[in-house]
Amino acid sequence: MALLAVSNLGKQFGGLQAVSEVSFSVERGMIKAVIGPNGAGKTTLFNLITGSLTPSSGSVLLDGRDITGHRPHQIASFGIARTFQNIKLFPGMTVLENVMIGRHIRSSGGFIASMLHLPWVLAEEQRIRQAALERLEMLGIAELAELEATSLAFGQQRAVELARALAMEPDLLLLDEPAAGLNIYETAEVGRLISSIRQLGITVLLVEHDMSLVMDISDEIVVLSFGRKIAEDVPEAIQSNEEVIKVYLGE
Amino acid sequence: MTLELFIQYFFAGITYGSIYAIVAIGFNIIYNTTGIINFAQGEFVMLGGMISISLLPIMPLPLAIAAAVALTMLYGALLEICFIRWLDNPGVLRMVIITIGLSILTREAALHVWDESIRSLPYFVGNEISTVNVLGARVSPQVFWVIGACGLMVAFLSIFFQGTSVGRQMRACAANRKAAVLCGINTRDMVTFSFVLSAGIGALAGCVMSPITSTAYDNGTGLAIKGFTVAILGGLGNSAAAVAAGLLLGIIEAFSVSVLPLAFQDAIAIAILLIILFVRPHGLFGSGTAAGLKEF
Amino acid sequence: MRRLLFLLPLVILVVGVQVLTDWTDTRYYLTQLTMAAYYSLLIIGLCALMGYTGQISLGHAGFFAIGGYLSAALTTRNLAFFQDQAFFRLLEGAGILATGQDIYGAELVVVAPWAACLVAIIAAALIAWLLGIPVLKLKGHYLAMATLGFGIIIYRIALASEYFGEADGISEVPPFLLPFGLEVSGSFAVREANYYIAWGLLIMGLILLRNLIDSRVGRALRSIHGSEDAAGAMGVDTARCKLQVFVLSAVFAAVAGVFLTHYNGGIGPSEAGVMKSVRYVAIVAVGGMAHLWGALVMGVVLNFLSLRGVFGSYDDAVFGLILIGIMLFAPNGVLSLLNFSGVLDFFRRRRRRVKEPGGLR
Ligand SMILES: Nc1ncnc2c1ncn2[C@@H]1O[C@H](COP(=O)(O)OP(=O)(O)OP(=O)(O)O)[C@@H](O)[C@H]1O
Ligand SMILES: [Mg+2]
Repeated sequence: MALLAVSNLGKQFGGLQAVSEVSFSVERGMIKAVIGPNGAGKTTLFNLITGSLTPSSGSVLLDGRDITGHRPHQIASFGIARTFQNIKLFPGMTVLENVMIGRHIRSSGGFIASMLHLPWVLAEEQRIRQAALERLEMLGIAELAELEATSLAFGQQRAVELARALAMEPDLLLLDEPAAGLNIYETAEVGRLISSIRQLGITVLLVEHDMSLVMDISDEIVVLSFGRKIAEDVPEAIQSNEEVIKVYLGE
Repeated sequence: MTLELFIQYFFAGITYGSIYAIVAIGFNIIYNTTGIINFAQGEFVMLGGMISISLLPIMPLPLAIAAAVALTMLYGALLEICFIRWLDNPGVLRMVIITIGLSILTREAALHVWDESIRSLPYFVGNEISTVNVLGARVSPQVFWVIGACGLMVAFLSIFFQGTSVGRQMRACAANRKAAVLCGINTRDMVTFSFVLSAGIGALAGCVMSPITSTAYDNGTGLAIKGFTVAILGGLGNSAAAVAAGLLLGIIEAFSVSVLPLAFQDAIAIAILLIILFVRPHGLFGSGTAAGLKEF
Repeated sequence: MRRLLFLLPLVILVVGVQVLTDWTDTRYYLTQLTMAAYYSLLIIGLCALMGYTGQISLGHAGFFAIGGYLSAALTTRNLAFFQDQAFFRLLEGAGILATGQDIYGAELVVVAPWAACLVAIIAAALIAWLLGIPVLKLKGHYLAMATLGFGIIIYRIALASEYFGEADGISEVPPFLLPFGLEVSGSFAVREANYYIAWGLLIMGLILLRNLIDSRVGRALRSIHGSEDAAGAMGVDTARCKLQVFVLSAVFAAVAGVFLTHYNGGIGPSEAGVMKSVRYVAIVAVGGMAHLWGALVMGVVLNFLSLRGVFGSYDDAVFGLILIGIMLFAPNGVLSLLNFSGVLDFFRRRRRRVKEPGGLR
């Protein structure tokens, strides 16, 4: 069974059909990419999958379970993590604290227990810190741990956001333009990183405009245009797909 | 309920309702150009009334009113220029707090200038006991002054926004601020102007209502809450709907007197506000998706 | 216990002040310091809600009033008329009634203060919960206006209902007896004890809130302040977290209301007024918003000055001025003006320059 199955998903904003009748599925362990021109509805699609927006029609299944219309925090706890196109780190908190929030669903200290700092809460706090530090190390940014996250350089902020998502230990990771705004070296780095994320057993669905990166790392590609799926295939086939070329080159 | 009583309540309702509508439009004008809710809106109304009352001994009524409106407009401009213009991109929370602070300072200053006593302008024609007969009910002529003045202001504003260049520039600001800047509109001046305009209509409303409702230094908060209720009821930013919503709230309040103790009359507006915020925050007349498009 | 060491200076200061007033024969200061401590209890609760979670409330005087008024009414309103009704016997059986004599020597049967206190706090929590479910869905101006509206309704109810004494409020509220022979009351004999009760409560509140902020839940609250979207995507149940901290801050306000009412022996409608709520918000803002210590220090200092009458007839104006001044010139609180954070930033920046790490590697 596919890990993620999207069927006939649609979203309307007033008179604008931002996503319409999109269906595809993502197999476990795969790296799948969603591409399409600006405004094609890629981010909207992500928002529908993660529950930030409620679909006007269609359904989303995660591991066979219908998650359509659930709230974002529930979907996160079902095992979907995401990053944002316009980075959303928590201001006023350090890099480490930002990544520690990623452990929220993997820990359980409640309101009252936290207020009393019960011993088991303190022990859990140590584990949260440790796990967050490990993610920072994995991304090579451990030395940034105590800096304020939003004061970092752009590329570093991207790395923190990724570390935060990885700290959730998700089954499925949605990356919205992970290489946007990065130089070619950093972009190549992101490519390697995404491949290594797959080694951790995490399935990846990404939106990206950098074609060489997409063609390089993804197993399959979905192409959106004006909210519709116009193609879905392996990278080689997409490169020679006439409709896709038409959409990208314009007529 | 007799027809006579009904008519009396009805007129009371639209009198207060048209004042609420003007306060709501004041909110909307500033909200549209800046995205700010100006919590000091009610203070403009109070100032209009108070200043005109103070000027009355030294000049005739029409002149006192005109001067009060002009001074309040000046005050609105000053507030904007001193406290708001030079902040770049302040958060909503910060703006809420600043305008609340301005409202407190204005009120406290009024308290020290005019003390706690309740004053009022004289009736524009006749006196407290002169009445006009409407279908057997007795209605004060001042009621018609209030309704007339508010009606004129609404008409003036719609002509202003549709027909004049400044008005159109302000609407451009409301629709899309960045695009307005690119078209060479000085959006900062438009913001100042929106404060001036809101202060002006508030002050005029404060003058015409003063003979009926009286004016005291602490009138502002109550009016602001009601005006805000009306603005929300009509959908924030939508002034035509605010007129309808204002009249509706005024009438509901007036008729509620027959079933509720007077002390709870204020509570009605607030209860309506809370209910609307919970069930239809985009207002009675707006559509949900349209409200969603606007960033709050 | 090492974590509690941070409180040592505060405890020393509190004891020191009491000793000092004893030596210099200025014990009357303790009265205002006690009251200031209770107001500060409300203020640090509001700080958790507003400063850390980013949810403004212009209705916290309402929760204070719910606590104070309920406790006052239950402990003063005579139930003797209901002697032969079932509910009376039920209450009596449960042992939560107290008897006494009113000023004319007639029999007075009222709810015992501890039970009244419990009812008042639970009522405040319940009301906060019911109000919070819809209200906390709102943001920015809408949230501000909705909480303001709630505050005004509470004020109106206090002012208009005979049960709560209308414009006069409720007086003759009996002392609140605590274990170990302590009592919360304004009598001079127990002034020192009451000073310590108030400050003990405030310090306890501070510990609880610090623990909360400094934990998984606290991080979640701060993340909501930063970005609700991102917090949700991290699995933080934003609605629930906001509701919990809203109820908690209401409980802090209600506790403050209950204790201060018994301490003062009464409560009046001005405690429920909008200006009070605005004042609390102003103090949290001056303290630096997300800054429990700042809120506490400013809460004590400003309330103390205000209670001493230092601001005279400009009391409200001072708080208005503070609000504007802080928001215009130091939105991070006055402590930031002392440039602690500037110094910190300086060191941070230097550290960053030295390391210059390469982002993704
Ligand atoms: N909340 C919203 N309300 C109204 N319209 C929206 C909203 N979000 C997105 N849209 C519109 O939906 C369409 C799709 O937007 P979306 O952000 O999904 O595109 P995208 O494919 O991610 O583009 P890009 O490559 O620029 O990120 C656009 O026309 C956009 O303006
Ligand atoms: Mg996008």
